[in-house]
Amino acid sequence: MEKDQDKLLNDVTSGEYKYGFYTDIETDSIARGLTEDTVKLISAKKSEPDWLLDFRLKSFRQWQTMKMPAWANLKIPHIDYQDIIYYAAPRQRPALASLDELDPELKKTFDKLGIPLEEQKHLAGVAVDAVMDSVSVKTTFRETLAESGIIFCSFSEAVKEYPELVRRYLGTVVPYTDNFFATLNSAVFSDGSFCYIPKGVRCPMELSTYFRINAANTGQFERTLLVADEEAYVSYLEGCTAPMRDENQLHAAVVEIIAENNAEVKYSTVQNWYPGDKDGKGGIFNFVTKRGMCRGENSKISWTQVETGSAITWKYPSCILKGDNSTGEFYSVAVTNHHQQADTGTKMIHIGKNTKSTIVSKGISAGLGQNSYRGLVKVLRNASGARNFSQCDSLLLGSRCGAHTFPYIEVDNQTAIVEHEATTSKIGEDQIFYCNQRGISTEDAIALIVNGYAREVINKLPMEFAVEAQKLLQISLEGSVG
Amino acid sequence: MSTQEERSGRYLDFYRDNIERISENSSPYINSFRQNAIEEFKKLGIPTRKNESYRYTNLDTFFGHPYSSYFMPSEPDFVKAEEFRCDVTDLDAHGVVLINGFYPTITGKLRELPGGIWIGSLSEASRKFSGMIEQHYGRYVNGNSDGLVHLNTALASDGVFLWIPEGVSLGKPIQIVNLVNSDQDIFNQHRNLIIAEKNSDITLIICDHTLSPQKFLTNAVTEIHVGENAHFNIIRVQNEHNNAAKITHTFIHQERNSVATSNNITLHGGLVRNSTHHYLGGVGAECNSFGLYLSDKFQHVDNYVNVDHAFPSCKSNQLFKGVLDDMATGAFNGRIYVHPDAQGTMAYQKNSSILLTDDAKMDTKPQLEIYADDVKCSHGATVGQLDENALFYLRSRGIDKRQARLMLMFGFAHEVLQNINVEALRERMDNLVMQRLKGELSRCASCMVKCV
Repeated sequence: MEKDQDKLLNDVTSGEYKYGFYTDIETDSIARGLTEDTVKLISAKKSEPDWLLDFRLKSFRQWQTMKMPAWANLKIPHIDYQDIIYYAAPRQRPALASLDELDPELKKTFDKLGIPLEEQKHLAGVAVDAVMDSVSVKTTFRETLAESGIIFCSFSEAVKEYPELVRRYLGTVVPYTDNFFATLNSAVFSDGSFCYIPKGVRCPMELSTYFRINAANTGQFERTLLVADEEAYVSYLEGCTAPMRDENQLHAAVVEIIAENNAEVKYSTVQNWYPGDKDGKGGIFNFVTKRGMCRGENSKISWTQVETGSAITWKYPSCILKGDNSTGEFYSVAVTNHHQQADTGTKMIHIGKNTKSTIVSKGISAGLGQNSYRGLVKVLRNASGARNFSQCDSLLLGSRCGAHTFPYIEVDNQTAIVEHEATTSKIGEDQIFYCNQRGISTEDAIALIVNGYAREVINKLPMEFAVEAQKLLQISLEGSVG
Repeated sequence: MSTQEERSGRYLDFYRDNIERISENSSPYINSFRQNAIEEFKKLGIPTRKNESYRYTNLDTFFGHPYSSYFMPSEPDFVKAEEFRCDVTDLDAHGVVLINGFYPTITGKLRELPGGIWIGSLSEASRKFSGMIEQHYGRYVNGNSDGLVHLNTALASDGVFLWIPEGVSLGKPIQIVNLVNSDQDIFNQHRNLIIAEKNSDITLIICDHTLSPQKFLTNAVTEIHVGENAHFNIIRVQNEHNNAAKITHTFIHQERNSVATSNNITLHGGLVRNSTHHYLGGVGAECNSFGLYLSDKFQHVDNYVNVDHAFPSCKSNQLFKGVLDDMATGAFNGRIYVHPDAQGTMAYQKNSSILLTDDAKMDTKPQLEIYADDVKCSHGATVGQLDENALFYLRSRGIDKRQARLMLMFGFAHEVLQNINVEALRERMDNLVMQRLKGELSRCASCMVKCV
């Protein structure tokens, strides 16, 4: 039995990362290193207005005074911030009138990734903004969306076409002084997606951004800004992949969400950056700042994430529940295998009255993976009637991995009810035995149990993503438990 | 507000100027730790809120205060201490009294209890039982990164030494009463060493009291060794005035198949910080850590618990509960650490608090760090108010609101108190808690110093 499990575990650990290819397309990159000139150069390349350059420079100066934080339960190798290329764009800009003009190599890349870039794939019904090496390549369905007044485009286009909107919201949820990586991003971000859902509009399709790191030695710094005006609804998806490389690449993104009165935003991520090989060589450092602000009454922000990739994940999608009766949700499945490390969780800041938050976090550790949940639930003095429920479960597969939980609960209001519970265990032999008895092989039994374990979260994903997420889980974990 | 350097500097100066007086009564072995410890303290300083384990406790007001130098209580102090009577009426225990961290000389510095148990002054024992001291002293705090523990190692000159030889089981509990009494504001340090050898069985009660209204700061370290198959039970009852700070560090080191239970009951105190470190250092060891805190006014109670599962098949259980009234603040930081080879671990942790007013505040941080796979661990934390449904249930049966609230709160607190294994003390605690919840018991009611 023991041996079988080891074998199964090995099978899994030798599973290939199927998005590890590299596309040879011409890129326009700048020299390595980061100085004030780099920031100016990036801004100039994108012919940005002065206010944005000021924002970048302010951030850069702030960043120079900051130190990389060390509080996370992660072992991070030294990162030389002067050895990174801060801007790399597929050389084929500007303006693509139709898809036919798209570099065939580039198109092939996205075909391989299975992204419905082609507009004729109406059935897929997903509007995609594809971001490659931090530059938005193509946004689909723009016209359809524009009919209902929805703005969905690359960040740089938004800066040009809707400067007042971008200016009004940029940095309001994640200020440029927020933290080391967010500040770095604010200084050097190259592109990203911008989305605005006007008053009373229910977005007719899922919006999606697909991130791809392609060029070597680059860091990816994109920025997503999503605004749902009063009574609006949007469901937003995000997916990411990268080639297999021996060196680590840095990904430091910022996502800001604003939900006004009665608005609802659903943000789903399937994160599958290259996790490094089984000896822990290479892989993406995924240091992301994601935060949503429920600004209006009865607004709702829901984060769902499936984290299977990245050598190191460090992200805490958070909700600031400012409006009365607003709701924040966080559903997460994080898988660490081989040498992967994850320190992820959420922050729920209850400011408004009768605010509610739900946290469901499922960690799965295998191989030598280390998986930490770190979360903060903070109820401020005036947040009467606040309610939080948190559940953090960890599943351990293999005797050399680790699962950790670091919840912080700070309550400053007597009417608040805050509950937190966490369990850590491995799959019971009795559970496997039960399945075996009924003719289900150990491998299938494990898949069944892991799937059931993660179901609560995966169910929250939109259909297309749920299927992908399930597959990803299977690839990384099928049969690895005993 | 003084800076961190200034505050630490005060203690460094104190050490430099008084090292001879501090070390004159201790054995060379104990003194050999002092230099290293003060160096460590110099590096670490007094913990600030930037220190993760002191995140919710601000020590500034107490450590920024200039205390008068203090070495040895005078004879009259001891006489007064001897007059102190424990108000747990039926408690039948072997008692010793410690005043301002020193062991009184009147009754002799060391005495023998039935079964060959020795109890007395640590400095005296360090000479008489030097072999025992060298085997255990300073071993269990080893590697601790808390500046205050190092400060204690450097400065403490006395405390209680308790040695329970192999196989001895004492029918009665042992009671240590810590009294603080002075006409000046003082800072005192004491250090206890408790050795419970193989197969022994003992219950220890530690009561903390203040006898005069001055500003006090106590920083105490207790090292406990629990031998193979031994049963050890420690109950700490804290009842000090609002101007006193009590910082305790308890290190319990357990050998295989031993059982240790710790119970911290905090009834009153200006600032209370209890850190309890359980080290399960043998296969099959089991530990329980309980705590109850009832605070009001501007009191602050912080419980820090660290359970180290270093060996397979160990069990641990933590339960901490509290009721916070007025502007009181509470903090809980529990950590379960399961080492890579500690398979078969079972570890549970629970913290529940009730906030009675809008100004009360509770911060809790239950943590799990697990590096082994065959484990069953869980933790839970809740912060809230009394259950409306339960309240309604009681009221619909004709119980008035006040009474119903009291019943619910008492039931809530009793879950911790029921783990006290000394009946007389348990009853007294139930009683005190009831009074406390009714608001009838301010600390002064039971205090012998009628200062107000």
